[in-house]
Amino acid sequence: METRDWIRDGLRAVADGALAIVLAAANLVLFVLFAAALVTTPVLGLGALLLPRVTRLVRVRADAGRRAAGRWGVPVATPYRPRPPSGGFPGWRPFRWVITDPATWRDFAWLLPGAAIGLVLGLGSLVIPLYGLQGILLIPLWIWLGTGWYGYGLNWPITSVSEGFLSLPQGALILAIGLAAAPHLRRVEALFAQLLLGPTRNAELRLRVTQLTVTRADTVDAQAAELRRIERDLHDGAQARLVSLGMTIGLAEEMVDRDPATARQLLAEAREASSTALVELRHLVRGIHPPVLAERGLDGAVRALALNLRIPTSVDSDLSGRLDTPVESAAYFAIAEALSNVTVHSGATFAYVSIKRTDDRLLMEVGDDGHGGADPSRGTGLRGIERRLAAFDGTMTLSSPPDGPTIVTMELPCALSSPRTTLSSGTD
Amino acid sequence: MRVVIAEDHALLRDGLTRLLEAFDFEVVATVDNGPMLLPTLLEWKPEVAVVDVRLPPTFTDEGLQAAIAARTEVPGMPILVLSQHVEPLYARELLGDRVGGVGYLLKDRVSNVAQFVDAVHQVAAGGTVMDPEVVARLLDRSRPLDVLTAREREVLGEMAAGRSNAAIAGKLFVTEKAVSKHINNIFTKLGLPPSDDDNRRVLAVLAYLNA
Repeated sequence: METRDWIRDGLRAVADGALAIVLAAANLVLFVLFAAALVTTPVLGLGALLLPRVTRLVRVRADAGRRAAGRWGVPVATPYRPRPPSGGFPGWRPFRWVITDPATWRDFAWLLPGAAIGLVLGLGSLVIPLYGLQGILLIPLWIWLGTGWYGYGLNWPITSVSEGFLSLPQGALILAIGLAAAPHLRRVEALFAQLLLGPTRNAELRLRVTQLTVTRADTVDAQAAELRRIERDLHDGAQARLVSLGMTIGLAEEMVDRDPATARQLLAEAREASSTALVELRHLVRGIHPPVLAERGLDGAVRALALNLRIPTSVDSDLSGRLDTPVESAAYFAIAEALSNVTVHSGATFAYVSIKRTDDRLLMEVGDDGHGGADPSRGTGLRGIERRLAAFDGTMTLSSPPDGPTIVTMELPCALSSPRTTLSSGTD
Repeated sequence: MRVVIAEDHALLRDGLTRLLEAFDFEVVATVDNGPMLLPTLLEWKPEVAVVDVRLPPTFTDEGLQAAIAARTEVPGMPILVLSQHVEPLYARELLGDRVGGVGYLLKDRVSNVAQFVDAVHQVAAGGTVMDPEVVARLLDRSRPLDVLTAREREVLGEMAAGRSNAAIAGKLFVTEKAVSKHINNIFTKLGLPPSDDDNRRVLAVLAYLNA
């Protein structure tokens, strides 16, 4: 298993290396196009039209480079500024958007060195394994053509068939070295790509601000909607029931002498109404902040929640101590939403929740054995979880292939005070 | 007496209907949403309407808006507005046309059935019934009413709540004659010209709300 993984990684790296050689050629073409667009800019204003288009191509190429780097364990964030709204004088806005973004120039600066590195490392990761392969495959050729015309490795030229057989272990060794080295060569290329294609510290902060603006707006919206919901629930629920209760009792009071039977019936109605009002209030309170969450923290609250579900649900948690209240509440409602999705949509017969805490992160997983196929774009539930978590820089990922199982993985930073600005390691 | 009821909550709508019918009102129509309210009021021209402030579809103040609109079309159409919270602002808007026949009460008041039915009758008769809560909130801050003595302010508050002279006298443990004297003082001090007593009472309450 171990060996197979290793070989697969090596082969992937070799394939990626071959691709890098082709893409190096694309870099050259793009470089020429970009330079041409740049030169024609002052001349005819033609470049003003060309540059945004060429830049778009360059960005497609650069994004491919970023994805490739990501495949080899070097995540590179996209540094581009958001596209301006279209309109106004055609051509000017996209032009300004493109030339004022430092990422455009950094992409440009990367094109040639990136091509050189891609070519050299790509050839390296391709040629070594191929030479090894040659050593392994040459024996039949020797047997057929005879010796003395060609050499391999340490034997040059090969003078006898027995010497020819020595190329087999040599070839195997070289192939092994080539496959082992290829992923490392990819990583080197990825690191170089990160140097120029990654966001600068400045761009990183800008991305962070954009992201925070979005999540803040989402949070404020969500909170306002939540308060409105609570107000509505109270107004239409408990409050209305209490009014009706008062009315029924008042009517009974009027009736008690004239028509005791009706009065008694009204009082029975009133008693019924008071317990309904209490049930509604209890539901509402649970929706705002479940008492068991206040009393027992996330661990206890999730266990309590699991006990109330229709399908058997196991809870595995290694939490000790309490989290900050806001994080606790966000985590609880995220899990509750995920579990309610399980009971409503999945058709599962079993669900599980796992809660783990590393030094500064809370990892939560909710899974089931249902029919899968959950789609976050369809329901508001999963989107709600995302929003809830995003307020704390948390994330949610969903894996739900058709036929299941569905697994929702959620992550929340626990230490609220630590700002998280490292989208990827910065380059200034 | 013909009544129209506007209330979106089925429980309360049925309760109100039952309650008013038990006191010999004839509920000619019930409405559970805002858009239907104004046409219904104009169609039936009820002797009194009991209207919830907040109705679908927007759940804001369409009940209040419809009441004001109906009173613009049919001046003085008696309308008792019910709400789960009272705002002096809304009270002022209701009384803005300076014609009586309006009431503004917390929904809680329906539990005192006799008093509630009495309030409906008063509104139907062209009186003005303000919720004690509105009155209390205004009493807390009645600055321009400084010209009135404490006793006169008290009497004005009772007037706003829709009480008759006799009722005020009973509540404040004074004679009806004393109440009538206080009321005359109030009218004079607030500069309300002599006219029919009901209208002056409305104007006094309005002055009180605007204070």
